[in-house]
Amino acid sequence: MSPPAKLPRWAELGLLPAINLIAALLLSGAIIRLIGESPWAALKLMADGAFGSQESIGYTFYYATNFIFTGLAVAVAYHAGLFNIGAEGQAYIGGLGTGLVCLWLGAWPFWAVLPLAILAGALFGAAWAFIPAWLQARRGSHIVITTIMFNFIASALMTWLLVNVLIRPGQQSPETREFAPNAFMPGLHTLLGKIGIPFTSTPLNLAFLLALAAAALVWVLLWRTRWGYALRVAGRNPAAAVYAGIRPPRVTLGAMLLSGALAGSLGLNELMGSQHRILLDFPGGAGFVGIAVALMGRNQPVGIFLAAVLFGALVQGGSQLSFDMPHVNRDMVVVIQGLVILLCGAMENVFRGPLSRLFAGKTRSPKSEIRNDGGPDA
Amino acid sequence: METYTLIVLLLAATIRVATPLLLAALAGMFSERSGVIALGLEGMMLGAAFTSASVAAVSGSAWLGLGAGVATGMALALLLAFACVTHRGNQVVAGMALNIMVAGLGPALALAWFDLGGQTPQLEGPGQRFLALTWPWAAAADKVPFPGRLYSQLLSGHNLIVYLAAVLVPLSAWLLYRTRFGLRLRAVGENPSAVDTAGISVTRLRYQAVLISGVLCGVAGTYLSTAASAGFVRDMTAGKGYLALAALIFGKWKPYPTLGACLLFAFTDALATRLQGVDLPLVGVIPVQFILALPYVLTVLLLAGFVGTAVPPAAIGVPYAKEK
Repeated sequence: MSPPAKLPRWAELGLLPAINLIAALLLSGAIIRLIGESPWAALKLMADGAFGSQESIGYTFYYATNFIFTGLAVAVAYHAGLFNIGAEGQAYIGGLGTGLVCLWLGAWPFWAVLPLAILAGALFGAAWAFIPAWLQARRGSHIVITTIMFNFIASALMTWLLVNVLIRPGQQSPETREFAPNAFMPGLHTLLGKIGIPFTSTPLNLAFLLALAAAALVWVLLWRTRWGYALRVAGRNPAAAVYAGIRPPRVTLGAMLLSGALAGSLGLNELMGSQHRILLDFPGGAGFVGIAVALMGRNQPVGIFLAAVLFGALVQGGSQLSFDMPHVNRDMVVVIQGLVILLCGAMENVFRGPLSRLFAGKTRSPKSEIRNDGGPDA
Repeated sequence: METYTLIVLLLAATIRVATPLLLAALAGMFSERSGVIALGLEGMMLGAAFTSASVAAVSGSAWLGLGAGVATGMALALLLAFACVTHRGNQVVAGMALNIMVAGLGPALALAWFDLGGQTPQLEGPGQRFLALTWPWAAAADKVPFPGRLYSQLLSGHNLIVYLAAVLVPLSAWLLYRTRFGLRLRAVGENPSAVDTAGISVTRLRYQAVLISGVLCGVAGTYLSTAASAGFVRDMTAGKGYLALAALIFGKWKPYPTLGACLLFAFTDALATRLQGVDLPLVGVIPVQFILALPYVLTVLLLAGFVGTAVPPAAIGVPYAKEK
């Protein structure tokens, strides 16, 4: 058994994720080879598909926007020692809030719709996270299980709403009518055009900047406020937190409300920015990718941004790949996502042991107090 | 008499839906009782569903398919155990990762090998599927509504895996409560250091438990793709692994109550299918989605302590680090 390994900060935050990522990509390459395609060609196609043109960059960052929101959601809960697997459901219900505002107040000017849509998305998402949070804080129900259950309940609820209530009359597919153009999130190409920078028209929109603002907000809240300090203390050591006058149940509630609000903001990008209507299963697994993003990004806002771009590139590059390689489809991207979660999240200790021995042998490193992250459940 | 037949058919459908749930829930029971969270049930089932359908399609034998399914379940279980037991990785993350990876891997390999848009070929040939077994005199008994139809529709007319799952419940109970292995397994999920102190390897026990869960998920996946349907399609487990986890919790990690929970959840599923769009007297049309969400709501209520209490194994989710 490997001893509790300690690594220098740069290795912990940079080197180890990089090694895990490379291992995941190597395994993915082996699978692509197994399928009978060239991994190298696939990698080049994906990189080109994700970053080769303005259009592809736009799409990459558009997908990344969703992942920033859900990644932040998972990370905030994680710092409080909670595993929020329910980002998917919270994003779904949050999007409902955003969508309803856009449907009802579409006649209002955009500057009035936007804050209400943000607020509604956050509120709905937070409300959906509140119930599992309350059950964890007050009744001790395991939040991993309850958030999973709430994903399914959200899915059932939304299917019912879309099929029976919100469906546009005289239409077969379960989706609402289109929002009024006032409620469309302005595309980034329009905004850039206004300040004289030409950019191709892509689904990338203002929500991307909102996601960056959310990342900054999370950083300030978690690392620059008393509340965030309490949250992180309670997450690391609830017993010590109690002696410091922090009430862990209250932290649980607060962290999950913020987490749900962040996940609930996904609708700003996906619905207001691109789909312009509420439709079935619009989060499309972004809530689960958020887990990977948070793990990759070491639960730090900057890391989450980088990981979200990586996963956005995987999605966008993967769709390019499925065009050009007849035997590879978009499912390959899901495989890579799974492998990244497996290696960066569950199997990080595999490389941590040898790496720490390497460092211990080379340098008498000063004792950097970095937690051996087995996760909140460990 | 019409209602009676409907009820019998509904119960028969319940048994068919309950089978994969039960197998997966028993799989989860072994894993969780040893202290390893069973979030990977979905992935192990889905992986087995893919390989069993592939092998059955290529070889023409459902039995070889079953073998492949079980082998896949065990291989994925080994991966989980390697991550969670050997390297003490986070069990929740490992389970989720496995589920996501397999959800992509199945269709990706199916496309590459069979070129049918992420499915496996339809299993049509003789012996490629586990078909319903008709018990002796079932046709004759069917003419006598009571109790004959209970015999012909409820007991007879299922495939082999259904009966196997039924036998596995008492077998699991015996293994868990009446054998030395079962005692150690339960102990390792409650207090691993005590087991370790007694000179028994925690790692070995947990590996065994996770491997058993892999075998059972392998059978469950084989049921889905070669018995309940005729081939593998994308996401064909459709959350059954999570539903099985809910059933396991609802059954308080015990074999017989878990069987009851699986039957209850399967009944709601069968009922939802049956009630789709039916205008009931007094209540009107019940939205199918509400019935389908019922198992999850019930489980949350149970976990919240509003309907009884569910106390998980004490050491669940905690990787065991041997003292030096």
